[in-house]
Amino acid sequence: MTEHPMPRSFHEASARDRLRGVLDAGSFHEFIPPEARASSPHLAMLDQPVALDDGLVIGAGTLNASPVLVASQEGLFLGGAIGEVHGAKLVGLVQRAVVDRPKAVLILFDSGGVRLHEANAGLIAVSEILRAVLGARADGIRFIGLIGGSGGCFGGTGLIARCCDVLVMSEEGRLAMSGPEVIETVHGVEEFDSRDRALVWRVTGGKNRYLLGEADRLVDDDIAAFRAAAIELLDGPAGLTLEAVEAEHVRLQARWTRFQSCDDALDIWTQLGVPNPAAVAMMPAAEFVAMAETCRSAQS
Amino acid sequence: MERMHYELDTRGTAEACKPVLVGVTASGNCEILVEGGGAAERCSISVSTSARGFAPIWEAVFKDFGERHVAGGLKIEINDVGATPAVVSLRLDQALEAWEEHND
Repeated sequence: MTEHPMPRSFHEASARDRLRGVLDAGSFHEFIPPEARASSPHLAMLDQPVALDDGLVIGAGTLNASPVLVASQEGLFLGGAIGEVHGAKLVGLVQRAVVDRPKAVLILFDSGGVRLHEANAGLIAVSEILRAVLGARADGIRFIGLIGGSGGCFGGTGLIARCCDVLVMSEEGRLAMSGPEVIETVHGVEEFDSRDRALVWRVTGGKNRYLLGEADRLVDDDIAAFRAAAIELLDGPAGLTLEAVEAEHVRLQARWTRFQSCDDALDIWTQLGVPNPAAVAMMPAAEFVAMAETCRSAQS
Repeated sequence: MERMHYELDTRGTAEACKPVLVGVTASGNCEILVEGGGAAERCSISVSTSARGFAPIWEAVFKDFGERHVAGGLKIEINDVGATPAVVSLRLDQALEAWEEHND
């Protein structure tokens, strides 16, 4: 390694390369590696090519010398979508965290949601993951989500991400429940034009999520920046109480009331008091975060 | 989908050690798993590909690969979604480089 390596794009890296870059060098140990051939039986039945890891890399490693369990989704394999095996691997990892008590569980999200080829199994997998994550959080395990992959974080995966304690995003990373194309299909192009890339990134991208208080860190698209943010967030409160969930519901209701007349993220930013909403898209992360200090929504 | 299996004549022997995976099963791309412990001076390759009817081209790519590399004792598995021959060749080179790096 050179002393000042060029920034390495998190967006363009594979699930495996992201993990290697985020964790301490050489510390990653994979569970159920590709040679175990835990691939999708459903895809095999449909006569479609499989991925030997079913699009999810899981294992253990260290982050700044603290033990962590990690999962990383491969957004290029079927959009990172969650199938039966992919889901089972993540559930198993989360359940293991309750036994192993790592400093945190890191999940590198890159997924459009449920894998349509095995939709029922995928839907069940998502609900099992949600249950496992909330159970582990109630047991004091801390979850850190990293979102900056090419597939974004949508559908059931978006729900899982919002069940984490904290999230790190890049502007390129996108987070939402219904993806842009789903909204356009269901409600029409007047509601949401999924081909308007600037609109898609304004609404679902990391900067809007940071201003709304959903993402806890906004970083440049650089693996080292994601690593640094994850290290910063390693220490923090863990646990989940009914009061916290109810407070979150109140916060979301207030947000809906406040912003329901907004047609675009630009309107939300204007209401939040962002000095020059049109300039937000071009701001580097550091400048944006400094600007956001004064007008960002209260933390979740 | 089409499944193919090839046994190449090549040089060398690879011990059974840590397998490596490169690439992704994605459009225009392929994932390649390399494992050791196969027969000496032979390299076995299994391919699953979504693109049917390209067996002669796969064969040509593997023949070239066997001549350029010391791949004896290697077992190679490929999951392909329509990678071009050039991409497959580069991925095979990358796989062997990763294998040598991991198993020095």
